[in-house]
Amino acid sequence: MSFQPVKFYQTGTFTVGNRLLPPEERSVQSDSKRFNSINSGHRACQGCGEALGARYAIDAAMEAADGRIIAANATGCLEVFSTPYPETSWQIPWIHSLFGNTAAVATGIAAALKVKGKTGTRVVAQGGDGGTTDIGFGCLSGMFERNDDVLYICYDNGGYMNTGVQRSSATPAAARTSTTPAVGAEPGNVFGQGKFLPAIAMAHDIPYVATATVADLRDLEAKVTRAMEIRGARYIHILVPCPLGWGTASHDTIRMARLAKETGIFPVFEAEHGEIKSVLAIRRPLPVEDYLRPQKRYAHLFGKQPRIDVIAHLQAQADRNIRKYGLQARKGGH
Amino acid sequence: MDKPFAITLDPGSSLANHTGSWRTFRPEYLDRLPPCNATCPAGENIQGWLFHAESGDYEAAWRSLTENNPLPAIMGRVCYHPCEGACNRQHVDSSVGINSIERFLGDEAIKRNWQFMKPATQSGKKVLVVGAGPSGLAAAYHLARLGHAVEIQEAGPYAGGMMRFGIPKYRLPREVIEAEVQRIVNLGVTLKLDAKVSSIEESMQAGKFDAAFLAVGAHIGKRAYIPAGTAAKMVDAISVLRSMEGEDKPMLGRRVVVYGGGNTAIDVARTVKRMGAEPIIVYRRTRDKAPAHDFEIEEALQEGVMVKWLSTIKQAEEGEITIEKMALDDKGFPQPTGEFETLAADSVVLALGQDVDLGLLEGVPGLEVKNGTVQVGPNMMTGHPGIFAGGDMVPSERTVTVAVGHGKKAARHIDAWLKGTTYAPPPKHELAGIEKLNTWYYSEAPHVVRPMLDILRRQSSFDEVVQGLDESNALFEARRCLSCGNCFECDNCYGVCPDNAVIKLGPGKRFKFNFDYCKGCGVCVAECPCGAIKMVAEEN
Repeated sequence: MSFQPVKFYQTGTFTVGNRLLPPEERSVQSDSKRFNSINSGHRACQGCGEALGARYAIDAAMEAADGRIIAANATGCLEVFSTPYPETSWQIPWIHSLFGNTAAVATGIAAALKVKGKTGTRVVAQGGDGGTTDIGFGCLSGMFERNDDVLYICYDNGGYMNTGVQRSSATPAAARTSTTPAVGAEPGNVFGQGKFLPAIAMAHDIPYVATATVADLRDLEAKVTRAMEIRGARYIHILVPCPLGWGTASHDTIRMARLAKETGIFPVFEAEHGEIKSVLAIRRPLPVEDYLRPQKRYAHLFGKQPRIDVIAHLQAQADRNIRKYGLQARKGGH
Repeated sequence: MDKPFAITLDPGSSLANHTGSWRTFRPEYLDRLPPCNATCPAGENIQGWLFHAESGDYEAAWRSLTENNPLPAIMGRVCYHPCEGACNRQHVDSSVGINSIERFLGDEAIKRNWQFMKPATQSGKKVLVVGAGPSGLAAAYHLARLGHAVEIQEAGPYAGGMMRFGIPKYRLPREVIEAEVQRIVNLGVTLKLDAKVSSIEESMQAGKFDAAFLAVGAHIGKRAYIPAGTAAKMVDAISVLRSMEGEDKPMLGRRVVVYGGGNTAIDVARTVKRMGAEPIIVYRRTRDKAPAHDFEIEEALQEGVMVKWLSTIKQAEEGEITIEKMALDDKGFPQPTGEFETLAADSVVLALGQDVDLGLLEGVPGLEVKNGTVQVGPNMMTGHPGIFAGGDMVPSERTVTVAVGHGKKAARHIDAWLKGTTYAPPPKHELAGIEKLNTWYYSEAPHVVRPMLDILRRQSSFDEVVQGLDESNALFEARRCLSCGNCFECDNCYGVCPDNAVIKLGPGKRFKFNFDYCKGCGVCVAECPCGAIKMVAEEN
C-alpha cells in the first residue's frame, strides 16, 4: 500500500502532524516551512475544498521535485479565484491558456523541457472536473495515449461551480444543479449518465492512476509522491467538496469528503498500468443517507415524502463501489 | 517601464487581498477542562502529566503529577479512579488506564529515587498535622512545599493511617507506603509516631504551632445490636485488619462470617481467605446495591469468597448463626421475610462502617460536631480559627483520594490564613465533553489490561493481586489520551486551513490565526480532534 501505515502516536497518523512523530515521518503540510504553493489572499469561497486540495497536492509535488515544478491550469474555479489580474496566489511558475487545452499545454511544456535538457523540472497540469472530464477530455486522452511526462491532477467538485453550479459529466446522479433542477418525477441529475474518469484513465494503461480526497491528507500526499517517482502520463483525481455547489456548511468541507469515502460513494484507490494496486478501506461504515442529508443539492430527497427509491438507488451505487473496489472495513482500520 | 503587449499592471501577489474582511465568525483557541481533571477528587492535572508521559519523559510526568498529589504509587493501587469513569475515550473504545499509568510513574519514582524539590524560602510558621493518613500526609506535603515548618503527630506505630490499617497488603504493599512517606519526610516534614494527641489545644500551645490540620480518620468500628450468646465471637472489621499489621494475627477460626457489604467487608473476607479460613459475607441487600465496588466483589468471588445476599444476622451463638432472608420492597429497602437459616460460624466480623474518635477536640470552643463528624467551612476550617480538618473525620466520601484532596485544599487555605489572606481557586474552564471532539483522528488503540496474579497465589498469599505496567505498555496507554479540550499540537488546524491563515509557532508554542486572511470558514474548528478551538461571532 502506498499510503503511510497508521502508526500509533496518540492519534495515529490521521492528523496532519504529531509532536511525537519523528520529523521525517511527518506530512508535508505539517512543516512550518511548507511551500504554500497557493498562497493566502485567493478569492475562493469560505471552506473551499479545491483551494485546500490544490495546496495539498502541489506542495507534495514540490517537495518530491525539490521545488522544480511548472503548472498548467485549466479554466475553472481554481484559475479564477487564484489569479484575478494582476494578482496571483501561485508561488510556482504557472500558466493558464484555455479551458480545454490544459493537457496539451502541459505536454508542450514537457516537450520543451526535454529539448532544453531540463528534465529535472517536472510538469503538472491541473483543472476542475469540467475542464477535465468534459471540455479538456480530448487533449487529456491524447496526453495519456502518448504517455507524455505529465502529472494531471483533477479537482472534482462535481460541477461548474464558479459560473453558477451547472452540471458536468462528473455531477453525481440525483444532485440538483442549476441545469438539473429538482423538479419532475426524476429530480436532479439523471441516473445512467456521466463518467468516472479514473476508470477511463486506467483504460489507457498509463503508469499511474489514483483517487484521493481532502479528508485523507496522508494518503493524498503519498499518492502525489508516488506519482512524482514515475515518468510518463499520470492521473490523480481528488474529490474536493464545494460548499457553494453542494449546499453544505463551510466548516463541513473535510467532513463531506470523509463521508463520501466512508459511505463508499467515492472509492479511494490507486492503480498502476491499468491494475488496481491498493484501496483505502472504509474505517467506520455508514449509510449513504449520512452523506446525502447535509447537502442541499440532495434536499429534494428528504422532503415531506422522502424519495426512498432514489436514496436506495444511490445506496446501490455505493454498495457496488464497495464490492467492485473491495472497500469493506477491515479489522483494526487500514 | 516597458510592458509586454496588452499588459498595463505589474504582477502582484494575492497577499494584497485581505480576505479576512469577509469574516463574520472568527475562530479562537481555548483550553477546556478535560473530564478526568474535572472529576479527580485530589484535583490532579491528569491530562497535564499524561502529556509528559506520552513523550516518555516520566520524571517530568511524575513531577507534574506530584504538584497535586504526593502519593502516586499508592494512588495507582487504591484509587477508585473516577477519572476513568469520566474519560471521553470510553466513547471511542475504552477509557484510558489512567490509574495504571499513575502507578507506573509512582513505581518508577521509587525505583529511581526521585525526590521532591525543597521550597526556596521558609515562612517561619509552624503547622501541626494530626494523623499520618492520606489527608494528613498530603496536607503536610503541600504545607512544607509552601515553606511552612510541619510536624505530623500520629497516634499509631506506623504512618499511613487507613491505608495501612484498613487496606490489605495484597492491594497495597507496605513498602510502597514506606517509600512515599519517607519522601515526604525527606522534604523536611517531622513525623512523630506513637504520639497520640489527646487535646488539640494543649498540643498546639506546647509546640507553639500557628495552625493545625486534623486528619485523625475514622477508626472505631460501628456496632450493630445482634442478640448473641456469651460464647459467640464477635469482632469489628477494622480491628481485624489492624491486627494483621502486628505480630498477633487475629484468631477467627475456620468459618468466618463477615457482616456488611462495603469495601471493608470485602477486604476482611479476602484477608480471611488468605489466612486459610472460609469467609462468608452476609449482606442485607443485593450485589448491585452493595456499596463495595463491583470489581472488588468480582475479585473476591473469583478467590472463593462466599456471599449471602439479602440476609441479616438475627442471632449469634457459639459455632453458628441464624440469618433471616430479606426481600427488597418497592423502594429498594430490604424487608424481613420470616424465613430463617442457620450457618456454621466460628466468628462474626462486623464491617458496618466506622466512627471518628473525637476525643482530642473536647473543650475546643467554636467547634461543631454533627452526626459524629466535624463540621468545616468551604476553606476546610473548623469553627475554631486556625484549626482545620479533613479526611474521614469531616462529612464526605471516605476514600484515600478524597482525603488527599482535602489535604491539598486545606494546605492552600492554611497557607492563606497564615498570611492573613484568603485563597480563591482560579476559575475553571468549561468542560470538554465528547461532543466537542472530532474522534475520527484517534486511531483504534485497545486498552492495556493490567495483569493479575494467578488465582492460587491470590487465595493463599498476600502478594499484590494487580500487577503493574512496564515501560512499553505504559507509554502506549499514556498515548491513548485524547487530550480533550487542550491543544496537543497535532497541526490539524495548520494543515486544513484552505487559506493558509494559521501560523505554526513551533514546538510548545501552539498556533495563532492570521486574521488578515482567515475567512472564518470554521474548518479548523470542525477538524480539531480535541476541541481546542471555537467559533465566536465577529463584533459589528
